[in-house]
Amino acid sequence: MGLSRHDADRAEVVHGGDPWFATRMDFLVNWSRANSLWPMPFGTACCAIEFMASAANKYDLARFGMERMSFSPRQADVLICAGRVPFKLAPVLRRIWQQMMQPKWAISMGACASSGNGIFDNYAVVQGIDTIIPVDVYVPGCPPRPEGLIYGIMLLQKKIMAERSSDQTLRREMEPDPKSQLYLPPPVIDEMSENFGNSVHQKRSGL
Amino acid sequence: MATTKRTVEVELSTTGLDAQGRPIRRPLVSDESGNISTLEAPPGIEPDFEGEHMLINIGPQHPATHGVLRLVLELDGETVVRCIPHVGYLHCGFEKTAEYRQYTQIIPYTDREDYLNSPGNNVAFVLGAERLWGIEITERCKVLRVILSELSRIMSHLVWAGTTCIDVGAFTPFLWMFYQREAIYKLLEDWVGARLTTSATRIGGMAADIPDGWIDQLKHFTRTFPKVMREVDSVVTRNGIWVGRTTGLGVMSPDEAVNYGLSGPMVRASGVAYDVRKDFPYLDYETYDFEVPVGTRGDVYDRYLVRMEEMRQSIRIIEQAIARLPDGPVNVDDHRVILPPKSRATSDMESMIHHFKQVMEGPRPPIGETYVAVESSKGEKGYYMVSDGTPKPVRWRIRPPAFVNLSAIPKMVEGHLLSDVIAINASIDIVMGEIDR
Amino acid sequence: MTAPFTTVMAGAAAPGQPTSPKNVPLRGGEPNPSAEALRAQFAGAIARVDVVCGETSVIVDRAQLLDIVRWLHDDAGQQYDYLSDVTAVEYRDPERPLEVVWHLRSLPYRRFLRLKVLLERGSELSVPSVWPVYKGADWLERECYDMFGIRFDGHPDLRRILMWEGYKEGHPLRKDFPVRGRFSRSEQLRQALSANPEARYSMEELSIAQAFEDLPDDMRRRLAAGGTVGE
Repeated sequence: MGLSRHDADRAEVVHGGDPWFATRMDFLVNWSRANSLWPMPFGTACCAIEFMASAANKYDLARFGMERMSFSPRQADVLICAGRVPFKLAPVLRRIWQQMMQPKWAISMGACASSGNGIFDNYAVVQGIDTIIPVDVYVPGCPPRPEGLIYGIMLLQKKIMAERSSDQTLRREMEPDPKSQLYLPPPVIDEMSENFGNSVHQKRSGL
Repeated sequence: MATTKRTVEVELSTTGLDAQGRPIRRPLVSDESGNISTLEAPPGIEPDFEGEHMLINIGPQHPATHGVLRLVLELDGETVVRCIPHVGYLHCGFEKTAEYRQYTQIIPYTDREDYLNSPGNNVAFVLGAERLWGIEITERCKVLRVILSELSRIMSHLVWAGTTCIDVGAFTPFLWMFYQREAIYKLLEDWVGARLTTSATRIGGMAADIPDGWIDQLKHFTRTFPKVMREVDSVVTRNGIWVGRTTGLGVMSPDEAVNYGLSGPMVRASGVAYDVRKDFPYLDYETYDFEVPVGTRGDVYDRYLVRMEEMRQSIRIIEQAIARLPDGPVNVDDHRVILPPKSRATSDMESMIHHFKQVMEGPRPPIGETYVAVESSKGEKGYYMVSDGTPKPVRWRIRPPAFVNLSAIPKMVEGHLLSDVIAINASIDIVMGEIDR
Repeated sequence: MTAPFTTVMAGAAAPGQPTSPKNVPLRGGEPNPSAEALRAQFAGAIARVDVVCGETSVIVDRAQLLDIVRWLHDDAGQQYDYLSDVTAVEYRDPERPLEVVWHLRSLPYRRFLRLKVLLERGSELSVPSVWPVYKGADWLERECYDMFGIRFDGHPDLRRILMWEGYKEGHPLRKDFPVRGRFSRSEQLRQALSANPEARYSMEELSIAQAFEDLPDDMRRRLAAGGTVGE
């Protein structure tokens, strides 16, 4: 990853740096990708309304390059999953993600999409869409304010600007297990779906 | 697709209709002498094989389905022969989860099911809870709840109008509507802190009293909003494309509308003057002077007119409410359900005990059950709660108006064109959060 | 273009402006006049009449439910033309029977009535469907079946509506169903994701498809044999 601060006096290159031309190409590619992200609004619930409000005239998303809401996944760059995802909808989300073409990113908007939201820890709701698709940015909130979503989008833009074409891990398509269709091992999914942090202690009414 | 022996010559005669008057789906053929008969299925294929109709799947992810609704259409060319809706793609176990929550903890759930009308749902729920507890709220609280309900009706109709205009093809009203919605968001945010999922009410009162200057903001809104309505009116209501695309579509007769259990603008556009505020009133609605618009043709255009007029009537109610807003406490003085003020809860032993019991255990209702319905923007919205004396309800049932309204869609779209399906679907004003819960 | 409909006023048979209820007692109070009329008409089938929070609940016999509902709908003195809700209640006490609840409204008379049928635990959970009388009962009864497992005899198309067709965990609103479901999260996800695409269509829908010939052989055989599709 270039020179680390602590090694500055030794001037040792930690990772084989990219050629200068490649970095300029990377910058150009990343800049154009980050500033023309066409969202695939996978809006399900209340967050979808806040997403619409973000796209409307007061908090305009078009100035971030999200001019065209592409409802066809084939023409979209970023999947914004806005709202809670029940298990019945899970295969739909998976199918939409697989229909999107690389390069693609995913923003999970709202607490329900990010973690299942403590209030929906029940039989019907997927506890975080990161158990179904790989997520790049999580935007907390219930629903997040438009400013929150915009901050998430800007974070994604920063993430995209930091990408390097020499990084082989980036554009790898996830490969779900053909039989179970899970792309993570089951114990990992179970762990991700459990309560975490403070909510571990706040299961009084939740059982 | 290889050409088959099953070429069809369908004559425009009545032999194409079955006993119920629906189009026969089996292909017709005519032999050399011109006799028309239905084609027998080739051997080895299931007998009721259909030939020339197309199966189209709309959704669950689709820009025009207003959420995750899935419509499977059987099309004969462009005409819809049959529509099979599939719901449940947003089922999140609200009713089950509420059996594990205290009554006050259920209030945020009411926000999230019909998320366009969230303050109205908050009001509906606490009205039911107060009926169960036998609590009479203060006059100030009643008037504030009326203001909240009408603001939420306007909010919901704004989204409805914006998205329906987009579905039919007009984008600009959407932006105008959402800008007005931002004005209401600002009002709600100043009052309770949240824009959309407000949780504005509490059992026995409100989450907070209105801040200073809020009424002036509201008055400003009631003055500027009608101008926007006139603007939208001028662009949409007599617009040839709009009228041409929406009249005569999705007609439900008054008898059908009542029999299918439709409510709200759906049933009023069909000519049935049923409004819960007038017929089973609550919050002293009988003392407000307002009219309930009723349509005459039961089509999409009438539903649009009804909803636009309802917004104007809501402004009228809000103005009356502002005029009569009394001073006084907003929360009832009942320690069973209302938290004591923090200053007392941290100093006075009894208040601390009340606070503790309410937060840790939750308010405990008497054994009983009640069903309280309000007129939400979608129709008759009711909460049926059954209590066994414990702080968590035995059963919390949401009567979803959009769910029942949507069940009539197969009836409404049969015989119409594919693009009409989108317009009719938009006119029902569905919110999947409420339909699937 | 159809002729315009004449406006039907609610409360046509009950003149006067109703008022918001105040100080409603928890128990007791004036019962709905329809309860008395029901007792007169169907003496043996009425088990009990309760008035709770101002609402009248009538507990009726299961066998006569459809007749009672039809009479309430058709009789000129009752005119319960509006079905508001069909739902069920299961109490936490395992001794108490399940209650299936119908909420009826009479728009001309501005009345509200609750009918209940008690189903003993362990007995067959089925009640007659009121779909022949109220078309609005269609989806409401399907949801009640989906959530509780109560069968509605006479319903034209009783299948799950909120959960998916092959949902294996049971009927969610029953009290013996844990709030997080019966399986682990990964297992629930696996069950949700691994259904093959044909399972998204019902057999009836697939028979419409023009691509019937292009379906794989085993699917066509399954359809011809009348089997269910998918999982």
